[in-house]
Amino acid sequence: MHIVVCIKQVPDSTQIRVHPVTNTIMRQGVPTIINPYDLFALEEALRLRDADGGEVTVLTMGPPMAEDALRKALGYGADRAVLLTDRYFAGSDTLATSFALSQAIAKVGETFGTPDIVFTGKQTIDGDTAQVGPGIARRLNLLQLTYVAKIVSLDLAAGEIKVQRRCEGGTQMLQSRLPCLVTMLEGTNEIRRGSIEDALRAARSRVVRWSAADAGIEDFTRCGLRGSPTVVKRVFAPAARAEKAAQIDTAEKTLRDLADELTAAIFTRQPALEQEVAFDGGT
Amino acid sequence: MATANRETPRPAAGRAGIKKELPERFKDYRHVWVFIELERGQVHPVSFELLGEGRKLADKLGVQVAGVVLGPAGGVTQHAVAEAFAYGADLVYIVEAPLLADYRNEPFTKAMTDLVVTYKPEILLLGATTLGRDLAGSVATTLLTGLTADCTELDVDADGSLAATRPTFGGSLLCTIYTLNFRPQMATVRPRVMSMPQRVDKPVERVIQHKLSVAEDDIVTKVLGFLPDSQSAKANLAYADVVVAGGLGLGGAENLQLVKSLARAIGAEYGCSRPLVQKGWMSADRQIGQTGKTIRPKLYIAAGISGAIQHRVAVEGADLIVAINTDPNAPIFDFAHLGIVTDAIRFLPALTEAFTRRLSPHSRDKLAS
Repeated sequence: MHIVVCIKQVPDSTQIRVHPVTNTIMRQGVPTIINPYDLFALEEALRLRDADGGEVTVLTMGPPMAEDALRKALGYGADRAVLLTDRYFAGSDTLATSFALSQAIAKVGETFGTPDIVFTGKQTIDGDTAQVGPGIARRLNLLQLTYVAKIVSLDLAAGEIKVQRRCEGGTQMLQSRLPCLVTMLEGTNEIRRGSIEDALRAARSRVVRWSAADAGIEDFTRCGLRGSPTVVKRVFAPAARAEKAAQIDTAEKTLRDLADELTAAIFTRQPALEQEVAFDGGT
Repeated sequence: MATANRETPRPAAGRAGIKKELPERFKDYRHVWVFIELERGQVHPVSFELLGEGRKLADKLGVQVAGVVLGPAGGVTQHAVAEAFAYGADLVYIVEAPLLADYRNEPFTKAMTDLVVTYKPEILLLGATTLGRDLAGSVATTLLTGLTADCTELDVDADGSLAATRPTFGGSLLCTIYTLNFRPQMATVRPRVMSMPQRVDKPVERVIQHKLSVAEDDIVTKVLGFLPDSQSAKANLAYADVVVAGGLGLGGAENLQLVKSLARAIGAEYGCSRPLVQKGWMSADRQIGQTGKTIRPKLYIAAGISGAIQHRVAVEGADLIVAINTDPNAPIFDFAHLGIVTDAIRFLPALTEAFTRRLSPHSRDKLAS
């Protein structure tokens, strides 16, 4: 079995700061991590490999420094890492990204064996679109299984997969066929601590590095900014509300008095609420 | 923070400001479409919220707004059609087939792309639900057009292009995105981000039937079953009237109990900000924020939440926002209505008691007398 896991290196969003005067993002010194949602996809792939044998290839598109994310993935136990990096990819939106990744996955298939499953995370924490997984599936004509909470069974001989898929108000039980693309839901597993052997192997391994041409891409106009139908025209900080919050003065008051003052202020502003809350509350 | 909508001093992207003429093949794309999400007999309310938004865009463009209903033949689907008219659709496109009874990517993608290619809308809006996101990504890729996810504001420019605004960079800034040279311009919007329009009974007028061009045998994926969420797991945050939420200011997972106690005392739903979900302190379905739930309650109490944009855009629809935070400079005080600079861990128990005192039948009698 061959599984490809697409990951992305993202800035640790909890540490991003916006410059208070210029409203620009201060990226300097912000550490990068593997997109946390992708770790659920990687762990699921590693578990399937451990159970049924085969190989896991991790793939990312990004700047040369994205190699760090791939090495980390090798450290968790992935068998091979491919970095797709080229200045032609700069400025890609989700459509251009899914094009480049799908070309690279096809090339990975030619070079190392056709994948049975392609995994992605549910979404990334920097873009938050959840569009690249479905985009890859469509381009490679893979069956698409998004928001998967559990892989119930995998029958390689029959080429059959059964999953639980999270949807509005419940869980769908789906049966589909390989090859397929699975986007894994968060909280479905926990990424392993890589073994010492994996750490040593990660340090020794060579990350396969491909340019757009190496990945078999012929039409560079479908990559990067030129291949992106969407255009970001404006980046801005939201307007502050004209008046700031009315502050309740805390000086020299007991917590009890403060709390009474706040509840009074709440019901002064929302008088109708008092009856509703009194009716619903305390049950 | 007094000035509004300050632009970044540097250009946002390489092609910003460039407007090429729309290619000839897209020039007859007209009207605004809203996907009416019908699942297990229910129309998702986000579809009506989008019809309200679609109406505004269509009026600015001087075009019509159409609902798109995909479902099994019969009453359920006909009901969805009637509701689409009641919430403002001028016409409805409908594809009815037994194999559209449960959502599956393959037939829904086929039905939607066929409709788009045949009837050519300029704008296509979908709810950013699990279904809507699954479908939108496939449809946009098939049509090779632009798709902007989780928009918080939609508008039409002077030249008639859709201006789709959404949070960016992990929710620290907003950006406005255009799909200049492709049609349709696609966007998804999360439930509760847009307000619910008034429902007005209207006769079912123009309904355009379209045939599905695939048969069940062509569809690989089969639905084996459906397991509804248990009642307790079904947090109805998005549509709750009163919501209490905790953030990193609570210090530790054990202090979430304080939030839950207050919520219980006033009959509220409880939730949390994104970092708490990432730390595993609370489940993802209770996350309030751009990547979680958007809420529009009458009262929202945020305890120990700093108020990053990704949180702000999800709570701004609340009638009254109360913020409790130790940092007087926390951004949450920029959009809260009532603020109190104090430690939420110490204050929440006092607040729970104050509400209980005030709302207990005994004290109500006293107030009345």
